[in-house]
Amino acid sequence: MKFVKTMVAAVAVAAAPFAAAADGHADLNYVLVSHAPDSDSWWNTIKNGIALAGDQLGVNVEYRNPPTGDLADMARIIEQAAAAQPDGIITTLADFDVLSGPIKAAVDQGIDVIIMNSGTPEQVREVGGLMFVGQPEYDAGLAAGMRAKGDGVESFVCVNHVISNTVVAERCRGFADGLGVDLGDSMIDSGQDPAEIKNRVTAYLTANPETDAILTLGPTSADPTILAVKEMGLDGDIYFGTFDLGTNIVEAIKDGTIQWGIDQQPFLQAYLPVVVLANYDRYGVLPGNNINSGPGFVTKDALGKVEEFAGEYR
Amino acid sequence: MADTPQAALDERVKDISPIRKALIRPELGGIIGTVAVFTFFALLAGSSGMFNAQGIMNWTTVSAQFMIIAVGACLLMIAGEFDLSVGSMIGFAGMMVAIFGVTLGFPMWMAILITFAICLACGWLNGYIVVKTGLPSFIVTLATLFILRGFTIFIPQTVERKTIIGGIREAAEGDWLAPLFGAKILGGLFQWFGDIGLIAVFERGNRAGQPVVDGVPMLIVWAIVLIVFGHLLLTRTKFGNWIFAAGGDAQAARYVGVPVNQVKILMFMFTAFCATVFAVCQVMEFGSAGADRGLLKEFEAIIAVVIGGALLTGGYGSVIGAALGALIFGVVQQGLFFANVESSLFRVFLGVILLLAVILNTYIRRIITGER
Repeated sequence: MKFVKTMVAAVAVAAAPFAAAADGHADLNYVLVSHAPDSDSWWNTIKNGIALAGDQLGVNVEYRNPPTGDLADMARIIEQAAAAQPDGIITTLADFDVLSGPIKAAVDQGIDVIIMNSGTPEQVREVGGLMFVGQPEYDAGLAAGMRAKGDGVESFVCVNHVISNTVVAERCRGFADGLGVDLGDSMIDSGQDPAEIKNRVTAYLTANPETDAILTLGPTSADPTILAVKEMGLDGDIYFGTFDLGTNIVEAIKDGTIQWGIDQQPFLQAYLPVVVLANYDRYGVLPGNNINSGPGFVTKDALGKVEEFAGEYR
Repeated sequence: MADTPQAALDERVKDISPIRKALIRPELGGIIGTVAVFTFFALLAGSSGMFNAQGIMNWTTVSAQFMIIAVGACLLMIAGEFDLSVGSMIGFAGMMVAIFGVTLGFPMWMAILITFAICLACGWLNGYIVVKTGLPSFIVTLATLFILRGFTIFIPQTVERKTIIGGIREAAEGDWLAPLFGAKILGGLFQWFGDIGLIAVFERGNRAGQPVVDGVPMLIVWAIVLIVFGHLLLTRTKFGNWIFAAGGDAQAARYVGVPVNQVKILMFMFTAFCATVFAVCQVMEFGSAGADRGLLKEFEAIIAVVIGGALLTGGYGSVIGAALGALIFGVVQQGLFFANVESSLFRVFLGVILLLAVILNTYIRRIITGER
């Protein structure tokens, strides 16, 4: 009997946080479904962005993600979100084949959908999304490649920690095209584990000492790469650019290890869709086009605000 | 009965009441757990859409996925072995279908059959290495986990320069075998449900007027077929007794003539078969194969089996129990989303509820069987 009592108490304790979430203050409920595994720290900014937008506008916004980053699981989460009948869904289009079905079904069911972060304007139109808020990846890579070419770069290695995300790989392709070189074997699959990433970058740079530049695709690959570069004594010597910002990246830009970071401003990708949806639901107003949240180049000269909010809102 | 009074008095036969006898089964904990979980979510998320047609289809599909791999894992675990390569096998099998069916342009039925052949061979190899070397299956299949995942990333990168291969749905169009994995059945019935207003219909788009749930996916049919097959095999056949014997005490089983090695190898192949069914259903539904599919699914299968009352040491368990375990796991996982649980605490709740389910189960089993 004592055991049963303990169980009941445990269930009651476990249930407490649900109740708080369920009787929220708002009349509008939105769900943001990301493709990121739990381990991807970059999405913290997204969580902060929707929390802030929710507070300011008085709406409920929930964050959901597949714990292991398995996109098939993400499709199930979108189906789940649609079944719960929210007023709107904000999601990414990390793999069109897998996600277009569930997203279309949600749209047809009468739920407004905004695509953020990953996807192309054509794909967004095809699934029936209201708009796309994000950074066109290929164009961002191309701009970065052209900039690097102007700085005298002729060869590079792209450290890809999300090899399964085809959209993100476009950054490497764009960078190669901007440099005017063939992508070839320049893209390495680094995995997600920091120690592995560091060792793979070290191994690549040892095997290919003529490499001019490094391109990392986010804090997950950038942070260990910074360590690898410093350990090899190449900091400041090798041309190092990265996508996205984080505390360590900002530090590295400041000390000269990294030349520039491309900020796609994830805060806007989370914050703006909530604003757009809330105003659309309340007043029927909708901006007439997709919103580009990036690219913005962050260099040593413009670090003030970035440093203050790195990892939180930047 | 009257002419055999001594049978009832035989001191070697313990007197067990019929009620108690009916209760002594590995599934009981699973049944009680299922009732508890449904009650829990009916109270907590009853109004959130979890129990409308779409919501039910959502957690049923997720549970069916767990069930498919849990049936294989259950029989293998009763036979005394583990397979940690299930998750990698799912990713690998999906990728094989994509490579043969899309990249190499084989007809889809041939791609599917080749995939099954390759995966069953992998299962056979797992089993063969385990019984020949006597190494723990934990270690052998852990190696397979890495090997298969490695190939799943390497092969598409080499031939296609990317790790997601799409276009499977288009390639499977008009194929005779593919619908066995990717189609939906009972569409007419659900259309009728929609017409009479029993389930919601789409409000706009080119599917307007169609019901939001337009049929039962073959994934669910496969789950039911595998459960029935596994249950009958385990409880109604000689082979089923061999499985229990091989897992209970392999040496004793060998002495009485059970072909323990063959039983174990066959069970490894059956686990591989279940993983391949899972993978083919998944690529047919979503139309693409990705190198990261199936991550950690091996543990989800084992968790479902253990919730369902099987012993990690082998020799005890039930397929129905494993299926209920999979249902509990699926309902809890999706139900937490419906209940709007804070996302960063999601895994904490998942862990706590699963732990409670297993404790409850063990506790009930001890009361019933009188074991200490």
